[in-house]
Amino acid sequence: MKRILSYVRERRRKRRVRADGGTVDRSSTVRRWLDRDIVRSAPFWGPPFLLMGFFVYAAIGWNFTLSLTDFSGYGEPDYTDLGLGNYWTMLQDPAFWEATWHTVVLLVVFTVACLGIGLALAILLDREIRFKRTFRTIYLLPFSLSFIVTAQFWRWMYNVENGIVNQFVGLFGLGPYSWLGDPDLVLGAVIFGLVWQFSGYTMIIYLAALRSIPKDQYEAARVDGANTFKMYRRVIVPQLRPAMVSASVVLMLFALKAFDFLYAVFGGYRPRQGSDILATLMMREAFGNSEWAYSSSIALTLFVLSLAVIAPYLYTQYNRGNL
Amino acid sequence: MSNSNAVAEGRSDVRAVINQITLRHVGLYGSLLALLVFYLIPLESGLVTSIKTSESLISTQPFAPPGPDGITTEKWTYAFNALGGGMVNSLLFTIPSTILCAIFGSMAAYGLTLVKWRGQLLVFVLFIAGIFIPYQSVVIPLTQFWSQYAMLEARFGLILSSRSATILELIITHTAYGIPICALLFRSQYKAMPWEMIEAAKLDGASLWAIYKRIVLPLSVPMFAVVFIFQFTQIWNEFLFSLTLIGSVSDPAASATLILSGLGQALEGTDYPLRMAGAFITALPTLVVYVLFADKFAEGVEV
Repeated sequence: MKRILSYVRERRRKRRVRADGGTVDRSSTVRRWLDRDIVRSAPFWGPPFLLMGFFVYAAIGWNFTLSLTDFSGYGEPDYTDLGLGNYWTMLQDPAFWEATWHTVVLLVVFTVACLGIGLALAILLDREIRFKRTFRTIYLLPFSLSFIVTAQFWRWMYNVENGIVNQFVGLFGLGPYSWLGDPDLVLGAVIFGLVWQFSGYTMIIYLAALRSIPKDQYEAARVDGANTFKMYRRVIVPQLRPAMVSASVVLMLFALKAFDFLYAVFGGYRPRQGSDILATLMMREAFGNSEWAYSSSIALTLFVLSLAVIAPYLYTQYNRGNL
Repeated sequence: MSNSNAVAEGRSDVRAVINQITLRHVGLYGSLLALLVFYLIPLESGLVTSIKTSESLISTQPFAPPGPDGITTEKWTYAFNALGGGMVNSLLFTIPSTILCAIFGSMAAYGLTLVKWRGQLLVFVLFIAGIFIPYQSVVIPLTQFWSQYAMLEARFGLILSSRSATILELIITHTAYGIPICALLFRSQYKAMPWEMIEAAKLDGASLWAIYKRIVLPLSVPMFAVVFIFQFTQIWNEFLFSLTLIGSVSDPAASATLILSGLGQALEGTDYPLRMAGAFITALPTLVVYVLFADKFAEGVEV
């Protein structure tokens, strides 16, 4: 502490001399270096960068190292004996491939459904209507809730005897179904609940993009005699492409890590058969079975998958100067 | 003669227009209302279920309110008692980490946007990628770090109880993972900031700190509001870190979402009314914040 203080005092003194002018500056290279914008701005971006960098990037590196060990159960990992054995086990594990398949289904269906419903909601709200803000607020409401909270609602919605979903399909003479128990239905049921929660998000993204389209384009299309449907299809929707791309990146990355909802719906690490995804498999192997090293290799797979989504996106954004 | 004809024609035109408008409006508002029902019915059903006695739970429709003799507040009382401590814990780590995230995010965005230097975009890309990484890929090192290396409780046992040590862990963890999104939000605003003003201040010899304090911070107040609202709900709603860092539902540091995940689960089955009451109590702070500041929340989502 004392040393730091004296150092600071020393520097102040030096500076004062400099400010007085005339003194030969021995440390001019140091000074020039200190005056560079990257260094001068470092007190601002440095601390957050270090904190975030440690918890994100160092942790990912650590996770990779862990995946090379054979750490399981209690005790400490042995970092001296490293190998790719866990990845080999993973590739031969049928549970891994099943979870991968479910992840792909969830990712595709969830993303497409959210994009479609969100677009419909945005187009419905993209006009002069009463209570526009109220509608928008309520459609986005589920997105503001915790997955643990919404999972409770959907457990009740999907209840076999008393659930609203079974009552609804009962109107058409169907059911009752065990939505969360039947291996053929459970993944669809989970996706439906997640779409309920996320479609408001896509709507907001589209609405923001629609707002930036000049109003005279609508009028021009009208003058050309296009009806509403044609106008949206030919003129408006093509301009929503960038919004669609960024929304689908966010949705796909969410689908890769969706764990909370499944944990809360099924009340534990093991989702009902037919709905195990990579995110739940990883958490179960780690915190359910204490297979730390093996689960790290699944975690790293998830990281690589999300990198495969985010890297092309960031690259194109960078090339377009959007960052 | 021709005049009255024209009037009649005009009238029928008006009528046709009215008919058309009403039909279109009926369709429009009909779909908007149907969607309203779709988004609200799980909450509505949860709300009416939470005040039902076990008899009226079976005898009434899941979306219908219970009869006058089928109402009970017992579940709400029970859920409140079970979740009260968790709500306090959640607030104790949510509020500090929200504030820290906002401050760090704003500082990072300032250093990476309003001071120009080569390579800053690369650093910023690392921040953005930090928003999206699946937490599964960091969660094992994270638990290792806190339990084997940082060991706050063992080191600072004299001044930190086990509960406050866990809450401190959660504050730091949530801050670290919240910084990237906050940096992105602030940067989106700083990019649009009047550059001449900052250049002028620089020419006047103002230091970077002075520019930040006198010009940038006052102009960031609206974005701070957005970040507070958005980040508060994100951290409050979070579950993965609570589950892995707190460890057990009965821990004195257990958060509201963690307690809710195990509430009313018994061998005989799930106590749905209790769960619904618990879900609403857990959601209450976010619901209040959301309803009061829906526009700010939407702004946070948009970027």
